[in-house]
Amino acid sequence: MNDLTPTREQREAALEGMGCKRKRVEDIRFTQGRGNYVDDVKLPGMLHGDFVRSPHAHARVKSIDSTEALKVPGVLAVITAETLKTVNLAWMPTLAGDVQMVLADGKVLFQNQEVAFVVATDRYAADDGVNKVVVEYEALPVLVDPFKAMDPDAPVLREDLAGKTSGAHGPRKHHNHIFEWAIGDKDLTDAAFAKAEVTIKEMISYHRTHPSPLETCQCVCSFDKIKGELTIWGTFQAPHVIRTVVSLIAKIPEQKIHVIAPDIGGGFGNKVGAYPGYICAAVASIVTGKPVKWVEDRIENLTATSFARDYHMTTELAATKEGKVTGLRVHVLADHGAFDACADPSKWPAGFFNIVTGSYDFPVAHCVVDGIYTNKAPGGVAYRCSFRVTEAAYCIERAMDILAQKLGMDPAELRLKNFVRPEQFPYHSALGWEYDSGDYHTAMRKMMEAVDYAGLRKEQADKRAAFKRGETRDIMGIGVSFFTEIVGAGPSKNCDILGIAMFDSCEIRLHPTGSGIARVGTKSQGQGHETTWAQIIATEIGIPADNIMVEEGNTDTAPYGLGTYGSRSTPVAGAAIAMAARKIKAKAQMIAAYKLEVHEDDLEWDIDGFRVKGLPEKVMSMKDICWAAYNSVPPGMEPGLEAVSYYDPPNMTYPFGAYLCVMEIDVDTGVYKIRRFYALDDCGTRINPMIIEGQIHGGLTEAFAIAMGQEIRYDSEGNVVTGSFMDFFMPTAVETPHWETDFTVTPSPHHPIGAKGVGESPNVGGVPAFSNAVNDAFSFLGSTHIQMPHDFWRNWQAAKSLGVLG
Amino acid sequence: MPKTHVTMKVNGSEVERLAEPRTLLVHFLREQAQLTGTHIGCETSHCGACTIDIDGMSVKSCTMLAVQANGSEITTIEGMANVDGSLSALQEGFRMMHGLQCGFCTPGMIVRAHRLLQENPSPTETEIRAGISGNICRCTGYQNIVKAIQYAAAKINGVDYKEAAE
Ligand code: FES
Ligand code: FES
Repeated sequence: MNDLTPTREQREAALEGMGCKRKRVEDIRFTQGRGNYVDDVKLPGMLHGDFVRSPHAHARVKSIDSTEALKVPGVLAVITAETLKTVNLAWMPTLAGDVQMVLADGKVLFQNQEVAFVVATDRYAADDGVNKVVVEYEALPVLVDPFKAMDPDAPVLREDLAGKTSGAHGPRKHHNHIFEWAIGDKDLTDAAFAKAEVTIKEMISYHRTHPSPLETCQCVCSFDKIKGELTIWGTFQAPHVIRTVVSLIAKIPEQKIHVIAPDIGGGFGNKVGAYPGYICAAVASIVTGKPVKWVEDRIENLTATSFARDYHMTTELAATKEGKVTGLRVHVLADHGAFDACADPSKWPAGFFNIVTGSYDFPVAHCVVDGIYTNKAPGGVAYRCSFRVTEAAYCIERAMDILAQKLGMDPAELRLKNFVRPEQFPYHSALGWEYDSGDYHTAMRKMMEAVDYAGLRKEQADKRAAFKRGETRDIMGIGVSFFTEIVGAGPSKNCDILGIAMFDSCEIRLHPTGSGIARVGTKSQGQGHETTWAQIIATEIGIPADNIMVEEGNTDTAPYGLGTYGSRSTPVAGAAIAMAARKIKAKAQMIAAYKLEVHEDDLEWDIDGFRVKGLPEKVMSMKDICWAAYNSVPPGMEPGLEAVSYYDPPNMTYPFGAYLCVMEIDVDTGVYKIRRFYALDDCGTRINPMIIEGQIHGGLTEAFAIAMGQEIRYDSEGNVVTGSFMDFFMPTAVETPHWETDFTVTPSPHHPIGAKGVGESPNVGGVPAFSNAVNDAFSFLGSTHIQMPHDFWRNWQAAKSLGVLG
Repeated sequence: MPKTHVTMKVNGSEVERLAEPRTLLVHFLREQAQLTGTHIGCETSHCGACTIDIDGMSVKSCTMLAVQANGSEITTIEGMANVDGSLSALQEGFRMMHGLQCGFCTPGMIVRAHRLLQENPSPTETEIRAGISGNICRCTGYQNIVKAIQYAAAKINGVDYKEAAE
């Protein structure tokens, strides 16, 4: 060794492995406008498709006349349900076991539903064609209120289901009923309520909202008649599943379908589902023999692609006078819109809503969810949340505050009293999940200290007194929220999508000169996989992250994976990556032992290579092993250095966090000011702290939007009144608060690198923190619960109804 | 529809094409000029993904017609790098400060920030937030975008970038 020999720290730093704030490799192209998004895909002779959409929310389609449209210069075809019937594609299966019209078949069931698809030489001509298609409708009574949907005389929405008394998830109780899902022990829970000292009951609604990534949903389909092959570029969060679904419904052999998800401009769950645009573009390409592009506009995105939430949760808690919760009972009315196209794993009609016991050790719980059809857009998605976890977290976090209020206890104290204790992990919840690891008390106490919780409460008490004396018109709210998420869907014993088990995959190939490529079954929509996946490999096998190229989103080259949503990439694919790397490392060790002429067991791993135990100079770097793998492997060993892993996790992972929001509201105007927002997250092992923090900022901003104003609203005729960014609240840099982040680290015991997933946590934990702050502000005036979203107008209304306006 | 002769200077090069009078400038740039760095997020002037620089002003190219830009000088994201092809201070700032995730808003954001810094070389955080309020980002929560712009301002002004006290 001499002065030039890098130190241990230098060697480690050179890898840019796990824990390093590695700068993103993606950014070089994105900052120069060199990304390659779907709309950037241009093929020779490409045509453009556009939809005729229904102005009615519920109507019979009496006729569709395309004669004039077909005369428009550039228009080549108008596809209707009748066209699709000839190829058996008028209806498509949904992820939730229902069926959905691709194009209106006899009637329409929500506003802006797809009625006909016009194909033309450019997008302007297609639009001209759309304006010339004449559709005759006969309006039918509209049903927008899920509570009225179960009335005996409510209009029948789904005539195709007439007479069917059972659906994909069991019996249907009514003509607008989809399913009933019950979990937990009803008798024990009822008994707990019968002898409870204190109970609360509240209708807690989580309004309908929408993920609206900045890039809308789009695709380019190109059918090659000679080869019988279909290539689809699309904004797909799960490209392999799309390929399988297309193969099953279009009856094209799976190997002849090539699905490519290039760069994606945000997904947030919106790009999981299969939309009529994909089917129509594919059919149009088959019919015309030309590539066909379909690009959704913003209004279409907000009104016709998958919504989120829309859960109405009647929530009850039973407790002792000291604040120990003895039981939880929830009944949910879930508004699924016109077709049950929810993106939930097959076995879970209400997703993982049964994590509704949250971070608390409740002895018993019972939960019933009723799914309902209405005249609204279909497709509830896990918007930055894994399958209804956000609704569950909101439900329990509001309920805990309401209970604290009734008991006259501090909401943080009540939580500390009921938390699952560190020694209880792995913890079995009353509703069936096994939480892997957690230390909730530490996280909560760290948060309380960081924000000077006691000081804030003191300040609040003073302000309330001043308000009562008439000295101020501002009220102060402190919103506490503590959440446990359930992510990493999932173990094949728990989760599948259309019968495909939810594993994930990675294939790593190392090249002779010490670089490599990793292909993964996930698909980044901004999560930075090209950067972080290489960091896992760098740490595992000692090759600098810069030397590993990561590729995703091409079904021809990537191993089969279930995609990116539900914070599942790191918990599932991250594990697959580590396992594939370990297979490579095992082979590398045999090669090193052969070359160093020692027994394998005499070698130990040392950052970027193997070293003979006790002989620090006798080392073989991974770079040299790569070369050796292609020219001098031990006799009998196959050359090369590559491995594949399909990882089926033994359990989900359970990240958690403690959030706090301090808010001030002017009662005379309803105007709020976020004074402070602190978020502590525990996502287990942290791969890239910079990226984690960025995801938390983004998730908190989405949570802020949802809690404080964003809503998809319908009028009584089923018109969407929030169909553009003019009416649908999109926070800009001006409204968005400043975020403070913090963390603890409690690794997952069953994950190869202990990582849990984080991208959705801030949305899951953030919404209740904001809502609790608003509710806490008003609580001393006698209010128990105010429904979201808490925009200025609603705050003003709340103040008015509480009688504090002049 | 009859086409009109449109010519403009984009990123220093002459672009001359025939376009329908109704063609939106963003479509003209993306389809005719083959410059796909300018993105479309809303087509209603709300999101800023299509922001470009026209004759020294930030403009949302989804609500302007190509013919209206006849004879003008335009800079798009493709014209934002340094002359030698290296990342400009702003582009570098976005990378260093993690000012982007999916990257879809980024071209519009950088082009807008470029004009902002021309108008106000040392903006405060409040001025930056107001200055980019016509550009929506769904991924980042803006905090790091603000830092990215502060980083670039510092670099352009030849001072050391220091994270503002939070
Ligand atoms: S696309 Fe122009 S502002 Fe949104
Ligand atoms: S980085 Fe995705 S929209 Fe801004």
